[in-house]
Amino acid sequence: MTGAPSGMAEQILAFCEELRSEEVAIGTSEIQDAFHALEIVPWTSPVDFKEALATTIAKSPKDREIFDLVFDRHFFRATEEAALEYTPEGAEGRSASLSDQIRDELSMEALADAIRKAIAEGDESAMNELARLAIEAFGRQGESSGVVGVDMQRIRRGLGLSPSADTGGDGEPNGDAIDRDQIARFERQLRRELQRQQIQRQGQLPPARPLSELNRALPMRGAQDLAEVHKAVAQMKRRLATLGHDPRGARRGRTVDVRRTMRSSLETGGVPLNLKYRPRRPRKPEIYVLCDVSTSVSSASTFFLSVLHALHDSFRKLRSFVFIERISEVTHVFEDERDFTTIAEKITSTGGVADVSGYTDYGRVWNEFYADVSSDLGPRSTVIVLGDARTNGRPPAEDAFARVADRANRTFWLNPEPELYWNYGDSVMSAYTPFCDGAFECWKTVHLEQFVDVVASGKVESTGFTARKYTSGHRY
Amino acid sequence: MAATPHSPPESPEAVADALRDAAYLADDSTALIAFLAQRLGKPVLVEGPAGVGKTELAKALSRSTGRELVRLQCYEGLDEAKALYEWNYRKQLLQIQATASTREDGSDPVGVGEIFTEEFLLERPLMKAIASPDPVVLLIDEIDKTDQEFEAMLLELLSDFQITIPEMGQIGANTHPIVLLTSNNSRELTEALKRRCLYLWLDYPSRDREIEIIRLHAPEIDAALAGRLVDVIDMVRELDLKKPPSIAEAIDWARTLILMGADDIDEKTFRESLSIIIKHRTDLDLVAEKIVPRLGGSAGPSGNGNGSANGTG
Repeated sequence: MTGAPSGMAEQILAFCEELRSEEVAIGTSEIQDAFHALEIVPWTSPVDFKEALATTIAKSPKDREIFDLVFDRHFFRATEEAALEYTPEGAEGRSASLSDQIRDELSMEALADAIRKAIAEGDESAMNELARLAIEAFGRQGESSGVVGVDMQRIRRGLGLSPSADTGGDGEPNGDAIDRDQIARFERQLRRELQRQQIQRQGQLPPARPLSELNRALPMRGAQDLAEVHKAVAQMKRRLATLGHDPRGARRGRTVDVRRTMRSSLETGGVPLNLKYRPRRPRKPEIYVLCDVSTSVSSASTFFLSVLHALHDSFRKLRSFVFIERISEVTHVFEDERDFTTIAEKITSTGGVADVSGYTDYGRVWNEFYADVSSDLGPRSTVIVLGDARTNGRPPAEDAFARVADRANRTFWLNPEPELYWNYGDSVMSAYTPFCDGAFECWKTVHLEQFVDVVASGKVESTGFTARKYTSGHRY
Repeated sequence: MAATPHSPPESPEAVADALRDAAYLADDSTALIAFLAQRLGKPVLVEGPAGVGKTELAKALSRSTGRELVRLQCYEGLDEAKALYEWNYRKQLLQIQATASTREDGSDPVGVGEIFTEEFLLERPLMKAIASPDPVVLLIDEIDKTDQEFEAMLLELLSDFQITIPEMGQIGANTHPIVLLTSNNSRELTEALKRRCLYLWLDYPSRDREIEIIRLHAPEIDAALAGRLVDVIDMVRELDLKKPPSIAEAIDWARTLILMGADDIDEKTFRESLSIIIKHRTDLDLVAEKIVPRLGGSAGPSGNGNGSANGTG
């Protein structure tokens, strides 16, 4: 970052390019904003510089995460590149700044203590210094392998740094336990310093690599997934509820309520200025959800049950069923219980859906469903099937399914398997898709959101680029 | 200290100081972005979990700059008539009738130009923010609650600070408002909107900052208790709750503890005042199960931590 501002501009553009290659959408206007911001913010102050760039460029928590990673990498590389260019001989300059005296005095234990202290205090510059000392100390012992990852491991082990693993089982933090995040910070310093030395040794930069998927994934807890499902379903609810009365287009075809119009015209001296319309009753969807809970979808069934759980939160007229060999209505379970784990337990233990073998029997399920429920199905009903369409070789009974789909207004199928696996093995997806208004792969919340988009936009026919739909005949 | 409404701030530090005087402790990035917003004249999109002080930031900005705060609370179905402007039909009608009676000779009917003027315009918050003679702070709260159509309508306002009224033409801003949009992230906002804004992600503050905030708002609390309180709040936030306790609730809790005369948070005080920070039945159960046993253990002044922790669990 020692370059003149003109070099800076190029650096920032290059940085934005790099972000774009990591799929952060940056518009030209945003880059302009960044430059405007940097005109006011002193770009010599690293924190302000970074924050000013971030606020103009990274516009969501996820983008920010990527921004931070790329920022560190990019400007680290840029600095090193400049350093190589300007001081080809002075590779010793940096480490010579440490006084020899300290270097000799520090034993391994003292070093580890000092590092612990610096980590605990969160002192960045001390950490940086100590990282360099640690590398040198190990270098003196002749242990430097020249491979960054290997050296990292050795130094970590040598210093005996471990995240507070030795806390008691009761969760009480013991005296000198160190926060995991802070150790990570120190290790970042360490890694960077090792990389810097490697670059100095070799006199060139290692090739740039895109961020790995692992780095980019947001930290996720299981329960957060549940929250996301709820979010997607809440969205679906809102979309379905406002479906059909978008403010402008819906004006047409409404009927004027003469009585209320006359009444309000009194306010304006008898001139009917404000037309009052008969309110349009929003259509209340009746939803029937059928959820496969057999072992072949066991990994997905937690996800599906959470979808069900969220649906029950949002829709009044919802009946849910689970099936393996037989079908069983579980609406009451969701109505009685709020807690997700209890529900999951109840359904798997007392669902009463496995008869003998525990293998899914789609044919029987359709027949049973048709016999029990078909009289309730009508033009307002939406049937959603969550299942993998693996019949274990039993007859798929697509005619029964067709009758169900025929009676219901709309039928959707969400398959927990990637589309690639449909119709392989005992999957008979293609037997059912002709009768569905839409069939989607659905094994992540993203897919659920796509499903919501498609369903709520009311345009099932026009296929989204990711959620594909098979109309009848497509597969034959 | 308080800057006049018209002069932009000198530096991020000046903004931070001004906000501090307005009883808001901003961290570095918040101060920097508030500074940039004023200097660049760009709206700021503030996102973050509920209760981290997004709305409060707007209020503090209004206090610190001496500008009036104009607030638009968004909700589903909010439309132009409630957010921008509306024609005052009744007044227009009266005007027509009044003019008709005075011109009984029937010379010329009332012209459109006569009744579509600012006189007959009902200003709604957005219009008010634009037309105000003094610069204001405009807070568009919970933008994620509105429909996408409304977002699109905001675009003209956010990028050019002007509003187009078909009958009158464009109305530009007399002064440059500071615009803050807040979102709880309940839906993804459109790219177009994001592109026009600076982005600020507010998260729960660091431990030290939260202690500072609590001591600022509940000055009677002593340092040790504040530290303990923040530790407990942090523990609670780490659980997977429906509604984690916000900063405002932490402050309320601090005030409650002062009223109760508590000098430490032990199991009893915690149970008694739990309802201040936890607002869901299921959350209550979870906290009682996970936090309460830990409280007993680490609160014990003597070294019997292990034993009592396991005993109460």
